[in-house]
Amino acid sequence: MKRRGDLAARWSLAPYSVWALLFILVPLVFVAYYAFTDTDMHFTFDNIRKFFTATSTVTGDNGETLQVRTYMVIFWRSVKLAVISTVVCLLMGYPIAYIIARATPKVQKTVITLIMIPMWMNFLIRTYAWMTILQDTGILNNFLASLHLGRMHIIGTESAVVIGMVYDYLPYMILPIYSIMAKLDLKLLEAAHDLGCNGISTLRRVVFPLSLPGVVSGVTMVLIPSISTFYISQKLGNGKFFLIGDAIEGQYVANNLHFAAAIAFILMVILLIAMALMKRYTDKSVAGGV
Amino acid sequence: MYLFTSHSRGLWLFSFVKLRGEELGMKKIIELRGISKAYDGETVLDHIHLDIYDNEFLTLLGPSGCGKTTTLRMIGGFEQPDEGDVMFLGERINDLPPHKRNVNTVFQKYALFPHLNVFDNVAFPLKERKVPKDEIEQKVTEMLKLVKLSGFEKRNVTRLSGGQQQRVAIARALVNHPQVLLLDEPLGALDLKLRKDMQQELKNIQKATGITFVFVTHDQEEALSMSDTIVVMSEGRIQQIGTPTDIYNEPQNAFVADFIGESNIVDGVMREDYKVTFSGHTFQCVDKGFAKNEPVDVVVRPEDVDIVPLEKGMLRGLVTSVTFMGVHYEIIIDIGGFKWMIQTTDFVAEGEQVGLFIEPDAIHIMKKSEYSGMFGDYSSFSMELDELSDAESEDAE
Repeated sequence: MKRRGDLAARWSLAPYSVWALLFILVPLVFVAYYAFTDTDMHFTFDNIRKFFTATSTVTGDNGETLQVRTYMVIFWRSVKLAVISTVVCLLMGYPIAYIIARATPKVQKTVITLIMIPMWMNFLIRTYAWMTILQDTGILNNFLASLHLGRMHIIGTESAVVIGMVYDYLPYMILPIYSIMAKLDLKLLEAAHDLGCNGISTLRRVVFPLSLPGVVSGVTMVLIPSISTFYISQKLGNGKFFLIGDAIEGQYVANNLHFAAAIAFILMVILLIAMALMKRYTDKSVAGGV
Repeated sequence: MYLFTSHSRGLWLFSFVKLRGEELGMKKIIELRGISKAYDGETVLDHIHLDIYDNEFLTLLGPSGCGKTTTLRMIGGFEQPDEGDVMFLGERINDLPPHKRNVNTVFQKYALFPHLNVFDNVAFPLKERKVPKDEIEQKVTEMLKLVKLSGFEKRNVTRLSGGQQQRVAIARALVNHPQVLLLDEPLGALDLKLRKDMQQELKNIQKATGITFVFVTHDQEEALSMSDTIVVMSEGRIQQIGTPTDIYNEPQNAFVADFIGESNIVDGVMREDYKVTFSGHTFQCVDKGFAKNEPVDVVVRPEDVDIVPLEKGMLRGLVTSVTFMGVHYEIIIDIGGFKWMIQTTDFVAEGEQVGLFIEPDAIHIMKKSEYSGMFGDYSSFSMELDELSDAESEDAE
């Protein structure tokens, strides 16, 4: 009887296994395969080497020309903007999640729904919406002008790209932190107060360490897509801040499938290493106390 | 309290509260002065007056919803009274937040910090006060020794048993040497055996540290065995304050008599001093100070009634049920339509007519109260029902 039950259980997982194989594993193998082959499908490291060594000429601020490693510049720019966006998301998302988790159940439900509604819209449309808001003659500037506060030049700057990314990814920071915070035992906060903690030290010594798993998954869910994001920088940065995602897209559109796969592959490996390090560090700090 | 024998019963209700501590030269630590509290228009506490003295083990006892936990939370600073003052060593502390009160709490489900190990949980309040590291080390070690958890320093608190978590919670609450330790049904989650051990141990810890304990429970046995002073509460009001023997022997009203132990509570009439009539017979008793022919509630404990041959009995009744309880039999006897519970080591058979004899000092007279007629009749008595209602009250609150 038992064996038959096991078998049934195993077979009921089969559709998922097939799905995972077809849509997760096979594409990954293809990416790796393309990354290490040339157009004749011969094995090669050229694509990988190209990522690290390709150079291009740029004009510096004072008019002189510089030789730079193209993809290194793009990569570090992506990391920088992604890290800034993640930090901004965390600084905004953490207090928001905390406040929502402390609200009445009805308010919680409403606010969470409101936060999720924009996620149901296509992100191209959301990005275009930000263009109309941030343009020099856009909604924001017209509003500021009507208040006689002068106009701000935002579109085409790194700030505009960060604003776009924060807007897109903030819900991914709020939701995991909120779900941890909502489960937080209020008795623990009372205990901290009872044992001499004021509001700030309760937050520092009890709430924050206990919400760390939420912070880790929030950071992961924002950092990874924002490193590999594309299109936002093209539209909100006026194409001046080419990011790694744009590079992959560009190579793909130009039919350089092998090099596009190589960039994607390298990015994936770097992110995996980063996540492993992060997990190791946070596990240690959670277990060892703060 | 043994100074006040049964002769002055009923008169010293108010003087009693003052005499309790001051007579013995004890210091008042906490005073609750006319505390009232309501949630959404529903009264939880109704003008509570309570003095808590240095070095005493005081228990707030009552069924769920009687306001005992709210009273405790008010002392801890987690609730503010709508009316009245909370005084700490003569100073009003109504608006003082919990972290500034020299009072610590052992929470019902322990509320240990899951991200910290045993040592760091106990060290938590010391670190907040920036106590030097070697002193923390020494104090935590000392506390863990007191609660018999030496060697558990590095353990993960979530992997400890209920009893061990309980001990960590006690150590953590005591490490700051608060003047008062508040315990909110701390033994509720433990099994019976462990519960008994912890009762004894808590009592020992209280004696060893000399810290005032304010203990909340709905378990009357627990209250009787541990406390110096018991405060019986019901419906947001204090029903009686006294030592365990007072509360048991001299209940103030039908509620207290029923809640503490088993009681037969019958309607009676006080003929004159030391003479009371109930169940159709006039008894000698030891109470006085009532008006002539004043209606009263009469309490007789089941163990204080003797079964005698029919002709020698003051009362006669029909045995309607006999239950063997191990040490004694629990017998329900119908006396003129009112069912009495009697505990005796002598066997009588169901359906037998018996005589009953009651000594004068086994009869306790209470003034009529709002609880008169609500308790003390065993006509619907059933063990299972009793257990069922107990289980319910454990889950509530």
